[in-house]
Parts: sequence; structure tokens; C-alpha cells
Amino acid sequence: MGKKLVSLENIAFKYEGQSRHAVDHVSFDIYEGEWLAIVGHNGSGKSTLAKLLNGLQFPQAGTILVNGKELTEETVWEARSKIGMVFQNPDNQFVGATVQDDVAFGLENAGIPLPEMVQRVQNALNKVKMESFLNQEPHHLSGGQKQRVAIAGVLALQPDLIILDEATSMLDPRGREEVLETVRELKEENLLTVISITHDLEEAAKADRMIVMNEGKLYRQGIPTDIFQMEGELIELGLDIPFSVKLSKELKERGIGLIKSHLTEEELVRELCELHSKM
Amino acid sequence: MRITLQDVEYRYQINTPFEHLALHDVNMDIVSGSYTAIIGHTGSGKSTLLQHLNALLKPTKGSITIGDRTIESGRKEKHLRAIRRSVGIVFQFPEHQLFEETVEKDICFGPMNFGVSEKDAKDRARKALEQVGMDEEILEKSPFDLSGGQMRRVAIAGVLAMEPDVLVLDEPTAGLDPRGRMEIMDMFYQLHKERGISTILVTHSMEDAARYADEIIIMHQGTVFKKGTPFDIFSQPEQLLELGLDVPDTVRFQLKLQKELGVRFDRPCLSIEDLATEVKKAMERGNR
Repeated sequence: MGKKLVSLENIAFKYEGQSRHAVDHVSFDIYEGEWLAIVGHNGSGKSTLAKLLNGLQFPQAGTILVNGKELTEETVWEARSKIGMVFQNPDNQFVGATVQDDVAFGLENAGIPLPEMVQRVQNALNKVKMESFLNQEPHHLSGGQKQRVAIAGVLALQPDLIILDEATSMLDPRGREEVLETVRELKEENLLTVISITHDLEEAAKADRMIVMNEGKLYRQGIPTDIFQMEGELIELGLDIPFSVKLSKELKERGIGLIKSHLTEEELVRELCELHSKM
Repeated sequence: MRITLQDVEYRYQINTPFEHLALHDVNMDIVSGSYTAIIGHTGSGKSTLLQHLNALLKPTKGSITIGDRTIESGRKEKHLRAIRRSVGIVFQFPEHQLFEETVEKDICFGPMNFGVSEKDAKDRARKALEQVGMDEEILEKSPFDLSGGQMRRVAIAGVLAMEPDVLVLDEPTAGLDPRGRMEIMDMFYQLHKERGISTILVTHSMEDAARYADEIIIMHQGTVFKKGTPFDIFSQPEQLLELGLDVPDTVRFQLKLQKELGVRFDRPCLSIEDLATEVKKAMERGNR
């Protein structure tokens, strides 16, 4: 694993007027270059975690270190220049009148000189494959395209870490795939670290590492293969398991000698082919 | 209550430079007590179609019959309240429409707007909350103090409290966690079975379409591309894939296995259990 980019140490957060902690003494690290999926039922504290990481809320207990430096009201702007967020609703995060204005918005705020700004906007839009939409107005775009523009807006600021807070949950299957594919490519290219907060277990299965949240607590962390071994336990937590894991289980129950529950359909098909050729 | 569409066309901003044809030549017959799934891409006309189902939009050509009322293009329609009461629409992200001070007031708003007395509306609110699996305790709370999942349920309860004969559901579980999704879908199915409520589900989830619907209607480029039982529809998965639509996980897996393993399946499997059994049989056939 790479070096620690962000560390959470015993973080607790409670919303005003609530008796229960939304985030209940949680510790974990985020490593450079990884794709970390955070899953958990509605109200398990996932989105609150995202807000804490970006300094939209501050914990009542514990510390968050970004690149070794504590995240406080004083350091929040520095931390935000390193951590970009993409939210759930594509219609709530478009601020510019055109695609390029929207991407430039954050750069203007950061006081980037114009020639560099133009360059960065262009680059960012190239990376999400939206370069031909420079002067389009947002209402002409699909949900998936809007989210890609939102990602470009984040990329232009050259962050180390991008947080997707259920960024694909309002999209249709095609839009969802577009966005995930874009993020995957970016991650491969420039060592972007990704935190994806999601209900999509198929997406989480493709992450490098997973964190399972339950009622504000960190319930389990590990690689997807290990997490999905929990099968029934995950379902009790209000979650689900990927299709190929379910099917592997059913096949094993019917006496097909699979070596393990496969996380991807490709793996499962491959093993079935091997078994078939031996029969 | 039966809903029939005849040669329905709908143009947005007709007679302006922005005129846009959203629906054309749409014919369908949704019989009383049925469960229909409507699938199709974003932009295929699904949302425009569903707004016709309770006369929020009126066709620019053709006609639509909802129960004993016929709505025709080119005619001024009045007194549509009865239709709006009997066809309840749960829009996408319905929690965005919550507005009252308390959960109780929010749920009562619809029925009282249609002339139900305050006392009866309150009774209905309790019943509707129970149906969506929520506790009476929250009646006095502000809907804005609830979690996203709870808000969704309260919003749905607001539609159920109108006691509609037809329920139109537009992606009712988007953004919910897997358990919430299953609970809500099962709840709608139970209402459909127990009370014979006609249910029309607009969805991207082929699993839900396969699991709950009696009939699936595929919308493509503003018109009905195909309709049939889930079994019919998913018997020709290539057709759906060509349109860029998904097929259920189980069917997609069958296709992969046919390709990689050279085994043949004679029918689509619509549940994981069924698929596992068929895969086993196919593997054993290969043995001989």
C-alpha cells in the first residue's frame, strides 16, 4: 500500500438535537492511489464521514490528518484544495451558465491566472471526454454528462483525493457506467485516490478496499473478497452481495465444486469453463 | 381501473421553434389490477408518458381513457380532480416534495385537498404510515428531521393516504440502500396483491421488472417498441442489448455462459435459484 494520505483517529460527530452519534468514534486510514468504497445502510454515517473529510463539518472528538496535518478551521482551505467532492444530485452542483464556466468556477475562486485557467479547464474536460461541450448549457446535458462535468470541476483543482458521495445513484445505468469508467481511467492515469460512498455493491466489489459502516460505527474493513465472505451478515446489515457471489453460493449448494465464491462474473465463468472441460 | 391509450402523441412547446416530439403512436391497454413495468432509456418518453396517466399532460393527438373518463386532444378538460385522486403518482425522489411542519400534516394534505375530513385524513395518515413500515411516533415530527430513507417512506405514505386505485411509481427506490429497496418494492407488491391496486412501475432495474411485473412495456424513441410478459421480453435478450438496454443479471450470465462454454439454455432464467439449477443441468449435459 502507498503512503497514508488521510488518517481518521477516533472521530465522533453528533448532529444538533440528535441523541445518537452520526459517526461514532471511527478510525481508519486512506492510502495514496487506492480506490476505497464505503458502504452501509441509509443513515449509517457514510455521508457524514464525507462531510467531515472535506471540512464541511468538524468532529466533536478525534482528529483528521490530511497529509500529516490536522484538519481544523484554520487548515480547512488547504485541505479542500487536496480533497474534491462530487455529490449525488447532478442538478444541484452546476453553478456555471456553460460547461466551461462551470469547470472554471473553482479555479477563479482559487485565484488561478487566466492563461493557466484556460489550460486547466481544457485539460480537465479532455480527461472526462466532455471537451466538445465547452459552451453547452447544463440543461442540454444528460445526468451522466453533468456528473462528468462536476468531476472535471474537481480535477481542474488538481486534488489528491476525490470523494464520490453516491455520485451515480441518480443516474440511469448508462450514465452510471460512463461516470465510473471515467473515474477508473483517471485513477489509473494520475494516481488519483478515490473514495466512493455507494449503495452499489457491484461497484464496491471492484474497489481496492472496502469499509462497512453500521449505525455510525466502522463495522469492518478489508478487501472486497474478504468483505463479501460475510454474505448473510451483510444482508442483515441492510446491504446486499454481488450477483456472482450469490450465484456461486447457489451453485455450490447444488454440488458444483467451485473453489470459492467469485466476485466477478468473468472469474465465475472462467472457473465453470475449467470445471466443464474436466468433466 | 383500466387505462387505455390510443394513438397518443405529445409535443412539447407546440407551435414554437422549440417544438419537440416526445411521444408518438403510443397504444397501450393497462387492465384493472395488473402490474406493468415500463422500461426504456432516459429520453425514451417514459416520464412524459407517465404524466399522461393522471392527465397532468394531455395528448396533442389521440386519446386516453382513464376509468370512465376519456381525455382527447384538442378539447378543454375540466374536473380532473377525480382522476388525480384515483391515479396516485409517486414521482422520482418524492421526498423533495415534502413541505409541511409535521409528518401528519404532510400526509393529510393530499386527502384533505380532495375533500376528506380532517379526522378521516388523520386516520388514513396512521394507516398509511403503518403500510410503509413507520412508527406512529413520528407523526408529530418535522419531516425534515428524518433520514433520507424515512422521508421517502413518508412521501410515499402521502400518496397511499389518497387511497388510489392505480399507483404509478417512477423509480421509487433510487438512492435507497438494498434493504430499503427490497422492503419498499415488497410493500408495493403486497398492496397490489391484497387490494388489487393496478401498479405501473417505471424502472431501470430489469430485476424488478422481471420479478414483479405481469407485463413489460419497452419504450424507445417516444413509442412502444415491444410489450410482453417478462418471459417473452427476456427470451430475446439480444434485442434489448441492441437498444442499449440492460437485461437481468441472470439472463446476461446465461448469454456469457452460452458464448464461453458452448452450452445451450432453452429459456431465460429470471431468478438466481432457477439459473443455478439450469447451469448445473447444462454442465451435466456436457458430461455425456
